[in-house]
Amino acid sequence: MPAPESIFRPFRHADAARSDRSSGDRMRHRQKVRQSIRENIADIVAEESIIGKDRERVIKVPIRGIKEYRFVYGDNAPGVGQGNGESQPGQVVGQREGQGQGNGEHAGDRPGVDYYETDITLEELIDIMFEDLELPDLERKKLREIAAQRFTKRKGYRAVGVRVRLDKRRTVKAKVRRKLATRHTSEHFPDDRTRFPFHDDDLIFRHMVTDTRKESNAVILCLMDTSGSMDTMKKYLARSFFFLLYQFILTKYRNVEIVFVAHHTEAHEVSEEEFFHKGESGGTFISSAYQKALEIIQARYHPSLWNIYAFHCSDGDNFDSDNPAALRYAKDLADVCNLFGYGEIKPLGSRYYESSMLNIFRRLDAEHFQTVLIERKEDIWPSFKAFLAKDRGADAMTA
Amino acid sequence: MTMATPYDLQDLTAWDARIREKVQEFGLDCYPQEFEVCDHNQMLGYMAYSGMPSHYPHWSYGKAYEKLKTLYDYGVSGIPYEMVINSSPALAYLMRDNSLLLQILTIAHVYGHNDFFKNNFTFKTTRAEYTIGTFKAHGNRVRTYVENPSIGLEKVEAVLDAAHAVSLQCRRNLAVRKRTPDEDRQQLLDAARPPSDPFQRIHRRREVVEPDLRKVPLVPDEDLLLFIRDHNPFLAEWEKDLLTLVHEEAQYFIPQIETKIMNEGWATYWHKRILDSLELPQELQLEFIVRHNQVVRPFPGGINPYHIGLRVWEDICRHYDAPTPAEAEALGAAHPTGTQKLFEVREADRDISFLRRHLSEDLMRDLHLFEYEAKGDDLVISEVADADGWRQVKETLLKSVGMGGIPVIRVEDADYGQNRTLYLVHAHEGRDLQIEYAEKSLGYIRRLWQRDVALETIVNGKRSLLTYNDRGFATKTLK
Repeated sequence: MPAPESIFRPFRHADAARSDRSSGDRMRHRQKVRQSIRENIADIVAEESIIGKDRERVIKVPIRGIKEYRFVYGDNAPGVGQGNGESQPGQVVGQREGQGQGNGEHAGDRPGVDYYETDITLEELIDIMFEDLELPDLERKKLREIAAQRFTKRKGYRAVGVRVRLDKRRTVKAKVRRKLATRHTSEHFPDDRTRFPFHDDDLIFRHMVTDTRKESNAVILCLMDTSGSMDTMKKYLARSFFFLLYQFILTKYRNVEIVFVAHHTEAHEVSEEEFFHKGESGGTFISSAYQKALEIIQARYHPSLWNIYAFHCSDGDNFDSDNPAALRYAKDLADVCNLFGYGEIKPLGSRYYESSMLNIFRRLDAEHFQTVLIERKEDIWPSFKAFLAKDRGADAMTA
Repeated sequence: MTMATPYDLQDLTAWDARIREKVQEFGLDCYPQEFEVCDHNQMLGYMAYSGMPSHYPHWSYGKAYEKLKTLYDYGVSGIPYEMVINSSPALAYLMRDNSLLLQILTIAHVYGHNDFFKNNFTFKTTRAEYTIGTFKAHGNRVRTYVENPSIGLEKVEAVLDAAHAVSLQCRRNLAVRKRTPDEDRQQLLDAARPPSDPFQRIHRRREVVEPDLRKVPLVPDEDLLLFIRDHNPFLAEWEKDLLTLVHEEAQYFIPQIETKIMNEGWATYWHKRILDSLELPQELQLEFIVRHNQVVRPFPGGINPYHIGLRVWEDICRHYDAPTPAEAEALGAAHPTGTQKLFEVREADRDISFLRRHLSEDLMRDLHLFEYEAKGDDLVISEVADADGWRQVKETLLKSVGMGGIPVIRVEDADYGQNRTLYLVHAHEGRDLQIEYAEKSLGYIRRLWQRDVALETIVNGKRSLLTYNDRGFATKTLK
């Protein structure tokens, strides 16, 4: 019996375009990935690897809960592979993966059997992070925008205007048109020799409008204590916090600048490199940093044009005599900033013998001021969330 | 590759006609065949759902798609040339970007699979003529539950996640009928009855131990999902239905798992024989050689089922058509021809029996097979297929093919400790369970069973009990 003919179904673009059948399941998977990341966000943020990466960069983050578990064999399940004829007992043929599936395939060349980790861009991670902030109002309300009347642009033509904006070409055209139109109505048709003067109706002016563009500028002032007592660990914690702040501000404003101020007994504006890596010694006058910050704001970032975020990291080991001044300047700074924070970095165990600024700042009653205590890297994310809760940008202010 | 011979659907049907001629000539026996030309996105979509045109939704398929797409986008893996599903009519997909030669190769390869699906004994239970409809009905049922406001996605997902984790904990050889509870009972009674003794008057009366017929299950049960479905009285109908449906899909795919090497080898063997007989024009012939060698290249350190399978089939054919003097003597005078033997084997074997019977010492040596095990973080060769080691390498291979990679776990007692704890026993045969995976899987079983579960296994040589109760997971060593 001859087999019936095979059926060939040709390719149809319409079908192909419509047939994204896995989209629902992909979306659900994606949701689960995000959910998993959100649940572990504090751990992920605490990972050093994400700090200081640029946004396009793909990073690996551990994912829990979306692995498909089954009963599988463990480590003592041998496998069989194919060699090149020179295999000898004792040769190493690969690396074990974190998980064994013992199904006889060589573990090394199975790409991602069931990934612990997923690749996402930092950008995506940041999105997820800020979803986790659970500050829906903050996300939805308008950014704090500042209207700047900067540009003028042309917008059509008008019959009135100042002399400099007279459009001569169009004006002449209008006159010619009028002249031709009078040909039939006028008894004595003006020939080329008779004078036919311009009339007010002929004049056409370019119209200009001023463009009020919403500016959203933000500046982040990173203030850090670089006195002798700030060790690498403390700086790392500070850096993580600044990094988050920067990324967050970046999602909200179009134009973001960042200023680094390092201080011990006196404050300097420094480069990022110096800020994080250069160690100083000596004592601490916190007020110097605030004073410097106020100077910079005064000179370059006027509060009517800029949304100012300032964050100061220190171990709180300030000279007692400086405390009143620090408090006074902090108050001033809090008044001009959208958000001003003080983060006291005290790695566990170092707390009992050092003095703290937290008690001092408790006396500072400013709406947009917030203090946080960071003891270990797991604290960064919760502190950050607490810090942002006081953002002035959330008030949907427009200047 | 510079072979960009343009072609259209007419060319494909013309080549298909020639291929089908050969298929008949060689005696392959196929279901009616349908080909669908698709683009690579559609192909990825089909692959994520095991080729099924319709399937129930679950995030794991989205994950599969993303993974495939990533691999494809990064060029780690090309999309396989063929995707054919076991159904009647058999459904296969041809990717439109492929060259003409690849399409010809795929078509020939697909007929190989088609013949295998129709004739291999393991596939007899898959009811190929209902496949597409069944999967579609499953999809509709799951969607109904998802859309049902009293159930919803979260609950459906919770059951499916758990069911997927244990779907392969079921009977493997489906050609053997499962005994009914009545038969089990009868067998227990028969076994308990003392053998008839013609000298019973003078012998001491044997003690009769009454079998415990109230025990559930009477004999250890391998079908975990079905057991839970039938013995957890608190499951809702829709939950039972989901368990049934996941179980049915697993049953459908088990024959493919069980015959991976045979099946791929068979299709490769026939695409090669068919294309060799087609007298391809030279440029196609050259591309064929390249492509074929890509398909059958050995994976260093791994197992390429296309390669191993093909070599075993070729060796079977050679064994009967051109035996060595020693083999000829063993075969005797009357033996089938190579091709006859091929068809016999394709019907009656699955991977484990196929390799056991037909993977000879010489062939293993030719294939440079070795056994490896984990030492620390390295995988280290422990044995190679030489005169001393080949048996062990083969045993290890046989253990790992087909469903051999899935531990056997049976329900021993549904009322352990008289508190409805589900007592499972892992049939340990040398390989320990991966504990993290066991923990999570037990958690899933507990979710379905809705009571505590315990699993007896061996960990590092010690009998151990893994338990999962409301306090979570625990292991303890048994005496």
